[in-house]
Amino acid sequence: MTTQVAAAPERAAGKPPNRGRPKQNREAIILFLPALLPVLLLSVYPLVRGIALGFTDARAGLNVDTNFIGFGNFGKLLQNDLFWDSFRIGIIWTLSVTILQFVAALGLALLLNTDIKFRGVARTLALIPWAMPPVVVAIMWRLLLHPTNGPVNEILQNLNLTSQPINFLGDFSTALPAVIVVGIWVGMPMTTVTLLAGLQGIDRSLYEAAAVDGASAWSQFWNITLPQLRTVIVAITSLDMIWNFNSFGLVYVLTAGGPGGKTMLPMLFAYNEAFRYGNFGMAAAMGDVMVVIIIVFLAFYLRNRLRSQA
Amino acid sequence: MRTRPAARAAQYVAVVCYLIFLGFPLLWLISSSLKSPQEFASITPSFLPKNVDFSNYTDALEEQGLVRGLMNSLQISVASTILVLVVSLPVSYALARFRSRLRPITNGWILVSQVFPVILIVIPLFMILRPLHLTNTIPGVVIVYMVWSMPFALWMLQGYVAAVPRELEEAASVDGASRLRTIVSIVMPLLRPGLIATAMFTFISAWNEFFFALVLLQDPELKTLPLVLARFVGAEGQVQFGPLAAASVLATVPSLVFFAFLQRRLTSGLLSGAVKG
Repeated sequence: MTTQVAAAPERAAGKPPNRGRPKQNREAIILFLPALLPVLLLSVYPLVRGIALGFTDARAGLNVDTNFIGFGNFGKLLQNDLFWDSFRIGIIWTLSVTILQFVAALGLALLLNTDIKFRGVARTLALIPWAMPPVVVAIMWRLLLHPTNGPVNEILQNLNLTSQPINFLGDFSTALPAVIVVGIWVGMPMTTVTLLAGLQGIDRSLYEAAAVDGASAWSQFWNITLPQLRTVIVAITSLDMIWNFNSFGLVYVLTAGGPGGKTMLPMLFAYNEAFRYGNFGMAAAMGDVMVVIIIVFLAFYLRNRLRSQA
Repeated sequence: MRTRPAARAAQYVAVVCYLIFLGFPLLWLISSSLKSPQEFASITPSFLPKNVDFSNYTDALEEQGLVRGLMNSLQISVASTILVLVVSLPVSYALARFRSRLRPITNGWILVSQVFPVILIVIPLFMILRPLHLTNTIPGVVIVYMVWSMPFALWMLQGYVAAVPRELEEAASVDGASRLRTIVSIVMPLLRPGLIATAMFTFISAWNEFFFALVLLQDPELKTLPLVLARFVGAEGQVQFGPLAAASVLATVPSLVFFAFLQRRLTSGLLSGAVKG
C-alpha cells in the first residue's frame, strides 16, 4: 500500500526528472529484472492476495470453492472471545517486551559507551542472544525454567524466595511474564547495538559545554542524550514493536500458546486457525486486523513522537 | 570527565549483572549438554557438570533426523544466500546509483515487507507453490527464503554500494568499460567486505528461520534443523534433556561463529543503509 502512495505523486508529475537519462532508466530496469519476477510472484502478489483472502471463505484442501463473503469473517471475529483474548495478550506482550527491552538496552548501551574496561568483551557477549536460532532460545529457556531440573528454581529456593518449585511456563499466572522475560532477552542485543551506535554519534562537545555550565550527569542525560537519541529511539522502538507483535517461533516452542491460551499471541492464534483447522480465509482476516492495528499504532506513535520533536 | 570511584564500582556491578542475564543461559545450555544422564536425574542441579561427558553429542548425532536436518538446513541456507546475493547486488547497485522511480517503490516494498505479519503472506505462498509442486520441497523453501531475506540484503548492500567512490566508475567508463564490466571489475572487489557481511546475515537468517519451514515442509526427510529440534520438544513424555541440549548447541555454532566475525560491522552495516539509502 505504501508503495503505491509513495509512487503516485511521481507518476502524476510526469517524466521530467528522468527525461534526460533514458539510458540510465533502461539500465536500471535491466539490473532490476532478475529480482523482479521472484519478488512480484512471491512477495507482492501474496501480500495483495493475502489481504484479499480475508474477505473470502477460503479453506485448506485442493478443490474447495472459494467465495467472496465481504466482511463476514470480521463479523465472526468480533464475536469471538478467544480472538479478543489473543489480541489483548498480543498487546500486553508487545508493549511490555518493547518497553522493558528498551529500558534495559538503553542502560546497557550507556554502560558500554563509557570508558570502563572489558567493554569490547562485554559488547561481544551481549550479542549472543541475537545469534541464536529462536527455537534454540526457546529450548534453552525451557531447561532454565524447568520446575525440577532448572537452575532458576534452584536459585530461588536457595534464596528462600519460594518454598515450592514454580512451573513458570505451565502456570496460569506466571506463563505470560516468563515468556515476556525471554522476549526481552532475545531482543536486547539488537536494541542495544542500535542505541550504542546512536550514542557514539552524539557530538562530545555538547557534553563538554554542559559540564562547563555545571550540569549534573542526570541533567546531561535528560537534556542532551535523550533528545539527541530521539530519532534512533523512535526507529528502533517502532521496529521492535512490529517484530514483537508479529513474533511466532519463540513462543510457539516455549509454550505453544498454553497453558489454557494464556500466551496465545495473535500469530499463534492465526497459525492454528489456518494450518490446524484449515480456515485460510478466517486466518487471513486475522492477519488483516493485525496489519490495521500495527499501522494505526505506528501512525499514532510516530506522529506523537515526531511532533514533540519539533 | 572523571568518574567517582563509587559510581565506577556501580557501573561494573551493573555490567556484570547484564552479562550474567545475557550470558548465563547459554553457559547453562552448554553445561547441560556435557552432563551425564545420572547427573540430570539428581535433584539439585549443579552449574558445572561433575564429569564432562560427551555422550550427549554422540547420542544426538546418532539420533535419526538430526544429521539429516543439519544437512537440509545447510543446503537451504547456502543456496538461498547465493541466490540472494546474485539477485540483490544488481538491484542495490541500481538503487544506490540511479535516481530511478524504482527506488521509492523498492524502499516502500522493503518497509511493507517488514510491517506485514507473515501469516498473511504464508497462506497465499502456500497456495501459489502447491500447484507448482514446490510445497514440501527444498527448492520451494529456498526461493521463499530468497525473497524473504532480500529486503534486509538490499538495505545493507545499497549502503555499501553508495560508499564506493563514484569517481572510480567514471574513470573506468572514460576508459571505455561497459557498465557491466565496471560493476564486475571495479565495484565488486571494493564491495567484498559488504558482500561477505550480507552473505553471513542472509545465511544466519535462513539457518535460524522457523515459520516458513514449519508451514512449507511436512516430509520428515526434508525438515530443517529448527523443525527437528522443535519436534524433540513437542514429543511428550520422556524428553531427553542431554541430547536435546547438545543438539541445540550444535545448531547454534554456525550462527555464533558468523556473528563473531560480523560483530564489528553490525552497527556500521545497519546504519549505513539507513543513512545513505
